[in-house]
Amino acid sequence: MEQVADTTLVPGVRTGRSDRVPASPDATRSLPEPARRKHRTPWKAWLLFLLFAGPNVALLVLFTYKPLLQSLQYSTLQWNIGSPVAMPVGLQNYVDWFTDPTTPGIVGVTLVFTLATVGGGMVIGLVLALVLNRKLRGTGAARTIVVAPYVLSGVAVGLLWLFVFDPNFGVTAALLRLVGLASPDWYNDPQWALVMVIIVYLWKNVGYVALIYLAALQSVPRDLVEAASIDGASSVRSFRSIVLPLLGPTTFFLAITTLLTSLQSFDIIQAMTKGGPLGGTTTMMYQIYQEGFQSGRAGYSSAVATILFVVLLLVTFAQLKYVDRKVHY
Amino acid sequence: MGATTAQPGTARRRTPTPWGSYLTLVAAVAVMVLPLVWMVLAGFKERDEIYTSPIQWLPATVDASNYASAMSAVPFGDFFLNSVITTVIGAGVKMLLGLTTAYALVFLEFPLKKLVFGVVIFALLVPQQIVIIPNYTLVAELGWINTYQGIIVPGLASAFGTFLFRQHFLTLPVSILEAAALDGAGHWTRLWRFIVPISAPTIAAVALVSIVAEWNEYLWPLLVVDRAEMMTLPVGLTLLQNNDGIADWGVLMAATVLVTAPVLLAFFALQKRIVSGLTAGAVTG
Repeated sequence: MEQVADTTLVPGVRTGRSDRVPASPDATRSLPEPARRKHRTPWKAWLLFLLFAGPNVALLVLFTYKPLLQSLQYSTLQWNIGSPVAMPVGLQNYVDWFTDPTTPGIVGVTLVFTLATVGGGMVIGLVLALVLNRKLRGTGAARTIVVAPYVLSGVAVGLLWLFVFDPNFGVTAALLRLVGLASPDWYNDPQWALVMVIIVYLWKNVGYVALIYLAALQSVPRDLVEAASIDGASSVRSFRSIVLPLLGPTTFFLAITTLLTSLQSFDIIQAMTKGGPLGGTTTMMYQIYQEGFQSGRAGYSSAVATILFVVLLLVTFAQLKYVDRKVHY
Repeated sequence: MGATTAQPGTARRRTPTPWGSYLTLVAAVAVMVLPLVWMVLAGFKERDEIYTSPIQWLPATVDASNYASAMSAVPFGDFFLNSVITTVIGAGVKMLLGLTTAYALVFLEFPLKKLVFGVVIFALLVPQQIVIIPNYTLVAELGWINTYQGIIVPGLASAFGTFLFRQHFLTLPVSILEAAALDGAGHWTRLWRFIVPISAPTIAAVALVSIVAEWNEYLWPLLVVDRAEMMTLPVGLTLLQNNDGIADWGVLMAATVLVTAPVLLAFFALQKRIVSGLTAGAVTG
């Protein structure tokens, strides 16, 4: 709303033609004109639109839509990336994936990683947002610090945490030793490695969730909550019955977006574990990379990519419906 | 504030809680900051200060030899330059494409507008990670392996930026464009002289977020570059990790500081804009 006030000022300020701006009768009269012009020279409208939107659309087609279809085609091949020979195998790659003994493990890792990072992120993020939303000293600086890891390179974050988790010389080992415990073998135990990667992912991304929740909380009318507490509602009750329902759309938005980013995460896993040990941190996304670029099974990798895309599509379908509902007031 | 003092009941109920909140706040800040401090300290430590059994928290001296080793082991200057080039061109062109496409979608008359908007929106659902194999094949066929265009071009298209700019343009008052039209300005001039200046806060916020994303991009540059002098910072960083079997933490942490410090400094300087860019997508509804 401030922007509207801002912008109406601009013409007068910029060019000093304030005498022309209030001439709204003139402006309304000029409205049918573009339509007439369009009829006269449609090629001009085409050209103009092509100039403005064409390059972007061309790039989208070339590097998003075409490869998407190609990926579908590649998934029916037995083929090594960069090799000129490819053997059509029909749906064999899909059959192989669904029957491969490693698939349940990979799906399991993907599920655990996704649920832990999305669910954990939402809970921790909401708690942080609630605390940051209180009028306490230092919340401004705290908010900045909590969000900071989100803008860092995932590779750098992975490496610095790999040192924190070093079972012999790291911080966690030292802290555990203080309370008389031995450090888990984060590097070589598949389960602990997965826990480690999840912790690091949460550390990097939880600030974003907190930030979005905080923005939503700040739009909750304060007097609504205060009115509730004057009425004698306990803060827990007023939170559950007033604030939480108002956060519903935000929670939904965050659930979808963080789910999508989590399913695609690569850099932390690559920097910390490379999918290991013993496949303990191999998610479907990591499998796409591994099969396509390390094991020379580009066709198989494309099949996994297609399966993951279908999953993503099903998830995002819900979001699109939601965005639609929100955009058309 | 006024309400709290007016209502002693609420004031009393609020007094005991802040301790829990402060504790959470302090804990959160500590968890976020300490790993970064640990990284910085390790960058200054000598080997025997790192590989020692009772942990040694502080380095005995502020010794920059790890930084020197990192810079001599890998071409860090090249990494930095490559990151700057790919980020500036990548984010710059992306913004340009987003602005022009959004302008066309909002202000131009065109029969296939809905279709074009659909093409942009659906592209949001196709992550670049899913199409790495066909894109890699295409880039290889073009002979773009180990080139800037190979790193930059496949990620240039703007879907999310276009979406955000379109949302923003729809909120602009019609009067400003009518003024521009009366001025006799063409569409190109209207975009740059009228629309862009009044949209500056939105543009800056979106630009900063896409600069950060471009700077941190990892998977794609990892695939299309295998020559050290063409690597960006995140890719080059892992080169240091792979150099020898055992991690040399001091050198590796020094290098990690070099990669993260510029982004952290920029973030602290521009955090208001970055934060509004991050929240822009969520609050469009």
